[in-house]
Amino acid sequence: MNFPDYLLLLFGMGLVTYLPRWLPLFALARRRLPQWLVDWLSLIPVAILSALIAPTLLTDSAPRALHLGKPELLVAIPTLLFALKTRSLGGTVLVGMLLFWAAKSLL
Amino acid sequence: MNRRPRNTPQITVGKTIVSGSTSGDHKDHRTTLKNPDSEPLPNQPGSFLHDGLQAAWPICLGYFPLGLALGVLAQQAGLGPWWIGLMSLLVFAGSAQFIAVVMIAAGSSPEAIITTTFVVNFRHFLMSSALAIYLHKVHRGFLSLFAYGVTDESFAVNMTRFRQGDWDKRSALLVNQTANLAWIISTVAGGFAGSFIPVGAYGIDYALPAMFLCLLVFQLQGRIYVLTALIAALFAVGWYLIIPGDSYVVVASMAAATVGFFLKRRYARLKGSA
Repeated sequence: MNFPDYLLLLFGMGLVTYLPRWLPLFALARRRLPQWLVDWLSLIPVAILSALIAPTLLTDSAPRALHLGKPELLVAIPTLLFALKTRSLGGTVLVGMLLFWAAKSLL
Repeated sequence: MNRRPRNTPQITVGKTIVSGSTSGDHKDHRTTLKNPDSEPLPNQPGSFLHDGLQAAWPICLGYFPLGLALGVLAQQAGLGPWWIGLMSLLVFAGSAQFIAVVMIAAGSSPEAIITTTFVVNFRHFLMSSALAIYLHKVHRGFLSLFAYGVTDESFAVNMTRFRQGDWDKRSALLVNQTANLAWIISTVAGGFAGSFIPVGAYGIDYALPAMFLCLLVFQLQGRIYVLTALIAALFAVGWYLIIPGDSYVVVASMAAATVGFFLKRRYARLKGSA
């Protein structure tokens, strides 16, 4: 990817990231979203995160197939427990990386 | 159709349950905005600086390993330190940047990357909506600057403080900008370190899954959230196996949120809450 293409990509990404952050603050300070929309939107973050992570843990990518017992899944269990216990984002990332590194070296 | 009173937004992000519920709550923050005397150190110069930095440092600490990991990954995907630093400046969105780097490495089209970025970051729409309640009547230039730094982490921190009623909007802005600076610095540093780190070393492949797992844990604020997460995982895996491409994230998350929404509504009806 050359630099002008990359810059264009970044402007695109920046714009679609900034607008949803900006629009409610700018326009919505005097109005409110309908309650049903607020309720629905409140479930979106958890759904997105789960949808993002699940195929990584449970499937192979090439070719796509269900694969239970991947190191990704095995490491996810202690990582999840660590996150539940400590609620530390940085700590969880480091522990997850360490465990995955160990799992890869052992398996 | 709507069971709860109209002015009861409840939004859950991070460890915080945010709900601008009763009229009491409203009076609370309005008094704070109009009446800076209720702050602990009202006129002491620099106190908003101190408060902002103090609130920001845990975010920076959390960002540092993530930013380093992103910089290393980017380096391995052929994006140099300054390239990824520029992305951190122009986009400033942790998980979306990880995904973008992976997609760039996989040769995805710019359209696909931008669409995915939009979908992954659309959750900020909700956060800004919630923050807007506490930034009522604030200058629109300030809001436009503030909007740039709305992330999962800064939202969780600022929203908690706003709800406590002692939060200066300048401190809130400082939290956003400090976190942004830490993010840019750490991604660039990771980019420089990346040339010394072999591919896949130190489990760096797992930085992104681990971050998602932790953010997922932060989101589990009750049974309905756990249920929604499980449904989303099921839909995502099913869709991923059947349909080629990346549409599984959008489809599964919207479908799961919709199912969760109706389950929650039905549950509320069964409880007979008015």
